[in-house]
Amino acid sequence: MPSYVNPDKCDGCKALDKTACQYICPNDLMVLNKDTMKAYNREPEMCWECYNCVKICPTQAVAVRGYADFVPMGADVVPLRSTDNIMWTVKFRNGSVKRFKFPIRTTTEGQAVPSGGWETAPSIDGPTLSSEPESLGLPEVWTKK
Amino acid sequence: MEDFKTIEVETDLLILGGGMAACGAAVEAAHWAKQNGLKVTLVDKAAMDRSGAVAMGLSAINQYVGLRDGQNTIKDYVDYVRNDLMGITREDLVANIARHVDSTVHLFEKWGLPIWKDEKGAYVHEGRWQLMINGESYKVVVAEAAKNAIGKENVYERVFIVGPIMDGDRCAGAYGFSVRDNTFYVFKAKAVIATMGGAVHVFKPRSSGEGQGRAWYPPWNAGASAYFTLAAGAEMTCQEVRFIPVRFKDAYGPVGAWFLLFKSRATNALGENYMETRKPELDKWKPYGLVKPTPANLRNYLGMLDVMEGKGPIYMRTEEAIQKIAATSGDEKAAKKKLKELDSEAWEDFLDMTISQAILWAATNVSPEEKPSEIAAAEPYFIGSHSGASGAWVSGPEDIQNDTSKKDYFWGYDHMSTVKGLFCAGDASGASSHKFSSGSHAEGRIVGKAAMRYILKEKPAAPAVTADIVAKLKEQTYKPLKNYEDNVKLTTQNDVNPNYIRPKMFMMRLQKMMDEYAGGVTAQFTTSESMLKRALELLAYLKEDSDKLGAADLHELQRAWENYHRMFQAEAHVRSILFREETRWPGYYFRSDKPKMDPNWECFVNCIYDAKTGDWKMLKRPIHHIFT
Ligand SMILES: Cc1cc2nc3c(=O)[nH]c(=O)nc-3n(C[C@H](O)[C@H](O)[C@H](O)COP(=O)(O)OP(=O)(O)OC[C@H]3O[C@@H](n4cnc5c(N)ncnc54)[C@H](O)[C@@H]3O)c2cc1C
Ligand code: SF4
Ligand code: SF4
Repeated sequence: MPSYVNPDKCDGCKALDKTACQYICPNDLMVLNKDTMKAYNREPEMCWECYNCVKICPTQAVAVRGYADFVPMGADVVPLRSTDNIMWTVKFRNGSVKRFKFPIRTTTEGQAVPSGGWETAPSIDGPTLSSEPESLGLPEVWTKK
Repeated sequence: MEDFKTIEVETDLLILGGGMAACGAAVEAAHWAKQNGLKVTLVDKAAMDRSGAVAMGLSAINQYVGLRDGQNTIKDYVDYVRNDLMGITREDLVANIARHVDSTVHLFEKWGLPIWKDEKGAYVHEGRWQLMINGESYKVVVAEAAKNAIGKENVYERVFIVGPIMDGDRCAGAYGFSVRDNTFYVFKAKAVIATMGGAVHVFKPRSSGEGQGRAWYPPWNAGASAYFTLAAGAEMTCQEVRFIPVRFKDAYGPVGAWFLLFKSRATNALGENYMETRKPELDKWKPYGLVKPTPANLRNYLGMLDVMEGKGPIYMRTEEAIQKIAATSGDEKAAKKKLKELDSEAWEDFLDMTISQAILWAATNVSPEEKPSEIAAAEPYFIGSHSGASGAWVSGPEDIQNDTSKKDYFWGYDHMSTVKGLFCAGDASGASSHKFSSGSHAEGRIVGKAAMRYILKEKPAAPAVTADIVAKLKEQTYKPLKNYEDNVKLTTQNDVNPNYIRPKMFMMRLQKMMDEYAGGVTAQFTTSESMLKRALELLAYLKEDSDKLGAADLHELQRAWENYHRMFQAEAHVRSILFREETRWPGYYFRSDKPKMDPNWECFVNCIYDAKTGDWKMLKRPIHHIFT
């Protein structure tokens, strides 16, 4: 069933104008049932298992059950994403468990400076792009001589 | 039918798509826009933070040349790409991207993408051109810089672009619809950058149930770039050069780290390494068969030959690779530590970019140090930024041409298509493969500047788009909703109706014909002239029936237009394979009636679609070697 929603945990994002899972799904799959105020995946067979709905849900209501047409049952892969790292719990069919933690970014959220701090003033005519040549770490952009 | 309001947005530069190339274009264009008081607008069908092929994250940056440290030269990269594509490459375009890609990577690092470093502070390479990253939030970081550059108020998310708006012979904007509310959008611009990715689900995927969504390529890139550029009348190139990756079977987890970083072998079920046992076959594909590394399609092909001979499955020998590394890492304690490190690296590779593979391994109790795992060829995809090459035919940079290449490859602004004011990057531009995430971003930056330069130098007038045209495009756009509403009451079950076809069945009809006639999985990637001609007959019916697509809501309307786009990608592909009378990329596809590589076809196959007449024109374009 790819991503699925636990009705006990989903609070419909407190009836805000857009739900987090609907906002993020790249394939426009997550949708709120206006009667029950619970979200669901409307086309499980078009889900990439990208986990973006799982990672973003504020109440951890979304999980993934591997594609039924080729994945044996019983595994569970659960992320917990914070501002600078992600923790994964991988539960095997035979009950064994692995845990991993990986960094996800080195800067504060929202702070990416487009020029990378390399403020250069190239001409509109040559091949040099903004931030170059400094951002290349070279004295100039390569050209065919 | 409900009311749909129209919003017209006037801008200077319009960027279509919000993926890697679009983010590069936004960052660069914003620099010049600020200096010149111009406006940049970006439209994405999804949320930029997680849209496109990098939505889940990636575990490697696949293009880094290393010019700063003298690791490689531009020529090295051009040689690598030309050989991997069996000679069919625009060297000027590959070089143009290669000279800027390192600065893109350095920018990513500044923006906050964690790139692995060794004790000396140097980047950790997965392979010669690849860098290891902790890439779960790769797209989030790259999108953030783009949004900071052009301002969030200039970004339209959840607006699906249907097609181009033309003003005479130039591209003057785009139209589309919100998938969230009843708004039709008309974007008018002086220049347009198309970066809406490649296409998947043109061919039938191997999975037939829930797993259909688990194609290697994400289900949300559905041929919008190809349709947009074709409909604008742009010359297209390499539409025959599909890509079929070999990945861990079914979940399509990445194999790069296993092959390159862990130095794993792949063998057949008898333990034979087909890269060795089938070496003589490579002779037939000279000179490309003999270069190192062996081109991706030939590696696929050798494995496929084993499978066809009953020697499958093919296995990644993970257990061998891990034991070998452990054995060379010192005493027992050191070996144990190394094993733990490898375990974490191997799982991160999946968790960063193909979580399904982690689920599949967990569900089948796989310990890679104990047993090998099956790998297999996926299905055909269109991804010109990766190891495929399909996309628009674009102008190269003037300074990288030689005397002969200049007349064929240079006609103006960098990476502008043959249509005035229409620029392409990433999967949308062709014949410049192996750009991957970083090179697509770099190409985006190139067109970001080139399009601004075009606006500043050519000073195109604000486009004229009459109310009549807007009304017509709007009616066409919402027609699937009308088809559904007008006819749904005719039957008691809304899937089955004599007057409309829902997008899902439309897609399956396309996939079945492509699979069977155009060399999909079922046909073992093999086709022939007569099969392709039959495909065109069936495609003609499908095209007629596209007028009868029926959609119950805005979500399904998006699906309707996605499949309309896929149909054009399919036709360009079939026509190009048919036109090229040889087999050049066995392992991607095989023309059984023309089973050999033919030096007379050492050229580009291009095509032009005429939206007014529906006619296709096929052309040959020469290969010029600029780096020899
Ligand atoms: C499974 C997989 C693994 C990969 N692994 C690696 C790797 O390890 N390292 C690496 O460097 N590269 C890797 N790549 C390649 C890399 O992801 C691509 O080269 C890159 O994303 C191409 O950039 P793009 O901008 O052309 O397309 P994308 O990044 O895919 O962006 C396309 C954009 O267009 C939007 N769009 C599509 N249709 C419409 C429409 N109709 N209207 C509006 N917007 C639309 C999408 O929402 C998206 O924003 C991988 C690719 C895949 C598929
Ligand atoms: S994000 Fe979570 S809580 Fe919000 S609607 Fe979706 S599933 Fe429910
Ligand atoms: S896993 Fe990804 S594709 Fe599937 S519903 Fe969630 S966000 Fe959408």
